Amino acid sequence: MPDVSIQDEAYNYAYLDEQTKRMIRRAILKAVAVPGYQVPFGGREMPLPYGWGTGGIQVTAAIIGRDDTLKVIDQGADDTTNAVSIRRFFAKVADVATTTRTEDATIIQTRHRVPETPLSEGQILVFQVPIPEPLRMLEPRETETRTLHALSEYGVMQVSLYESIARHGRIAKTYNYPVLVNGRYIMSPSPIPKFDNPKLDRNPALQLYGAGREKRIYAVPPYTPVKSLDFDDHPFEIETWKESCSLCGSSESFLDEMIVDDSGKRLFLCSDTDWCQDRQEKQRVDAAK
Amino acid sequence: MSSAQGSRDIAPGFANPPHESQQVFRCVLEAFAHPGRIVRVADTLEAPGGLCRATAAFLLTLADRDTPLWLAPEFDIPEIRDFVRFHAGAPIVGGRAEAVFAVLGHDQPLLFDDFAIGTDAYPDRSATLVIEVPALGAGPAHLWRGPGIDGHASVAMTGPDDGFWRDWTANNGLFPCGVDVVFAAGSHLLALPRGITVEG
Repeated sequence: MPDVSIQDEAYNYAYLDEQTKRMIRRAILKAVAVPGYQVPFGGREMPLPYGWGTGGIQVTAAIIGRDDTLKVIDQGADDTTNAVSIRRFFAKVADVATTTRTEDATIIQTRHRVPETPLSEGQILVFQVPIPEPLRMLEPRETETRTLHALSEYGVMQVSLYESIARHGRIAKTYNYPVLVNGRYIMSPSPIPKFDNPKLDRNPALQLYGAGREKRIYAVPPYTPVKSLDFDDHPFEIETWKESCSLCGSSESFLDEMIVDDSGKRLFLCSDTDWCQDRQEKQRVDAAK
Repeated sequence: MSSAQGSRDIAPGFANPPHESQQVFRCVLEAFAHPGRIVRVADTLEAPGGLCRATAAFLLTLADRDTPLWLAPEFDIPEIRDFVRFHAGAPIVGGRAEAVFAVLGHDQPLLFDDFAIGTDAYPDRSATLVIEVPALGAGPAHLWRGPGIDGHASVAMTGPDDGFWRDWTANNGLFPCGVDVVFAAGSHLLALPRGITVEG
């Protein structure tokens, strides 16, 4: 077996056994064929706890190959524990190149953000999903939510958004904001900020969503319409800030707020570390000219 | 029985299954994500019994003991049955309704009839049909629209006639239920998922 190089020989390529990969691959194809529909799959135990990306890891393991370049982000950052661990995991078990640069990656596994850099055709964005069912907080029974999806009976979701308007004067949901995929299925975009929702719409990249604990896979094919739910008199809007990033000065990216001393001094930083560093680099180059 | 003749008649499968099946899967995934796009798979695979290389690669990559396979009469021959049983372990079934995958020619009558289309609650419980055609990228073109296509795509192939496309329109009307189709010719394939509308 000359092709099996430095990868850990105790495991099959990309950790999962071939039977499991085929099962996940079949689920992914169904998910792509029925955009927004949650395909049940036989989720496996992974070497990390639920809530740390077991669904995303299984999807990535089923698609990844030695020609891929993998980027992993957690809340936009490449250098957080979850992102570093998953990147190292695949470098070890799948013998792949890794990167932090969005444009260089063929597969981007993400927890709770969509990169600021626009994605291109051929890239695959793998989302880690905690609760795949968008109606779960409104209807706890799986049998019922499944019927609601089957009948496209989504009144309960509109009512919950209406109640939010009645109570707060606006739709107060700021993350995991429900979307309608290709005019058919209501889908949870995973807990990304609603700031990122417009990026899901007609994106040239393929979006795959994996929920490990709930054992569901769903997908949005490239160029597929993804509409954030709203009302004619309360249209969907994303957040804006008066502040800009302290490092790169960006006023259009999603910002994290940091408390930096005991007197409550605040700092705003880009959540997408690669995007921020790229901008800083360009500014240094421009300044040097 | 043919299987008693010995393994020397069975065409070889992938030389390195984890990597080759991964590469084929990514081609198939690209085809499903971009309906109508022709992708090239498995140049090296030796396909048995007149099967297209693309069909053989598809089956070795996605079929296994969990996926009953239905073969149209022209493909239901010992070379192909042994190949599928030996390399993939997929049970070959006599009834279309049981099949998860099926291999058939484009000129079969009642092409889509009796295959599983899923249910409203579980539209994923449907069959995927691999249909072998003479050529992809040549012949009469149709306009495809739907998820994965930026606007519309003009997709040409030889084989399927007007009756086929009328049946497809009926299948598309079942969405989210319905069968998915993969067209195969030689080493190439393209996908037609159930959500795609075909005009003209």
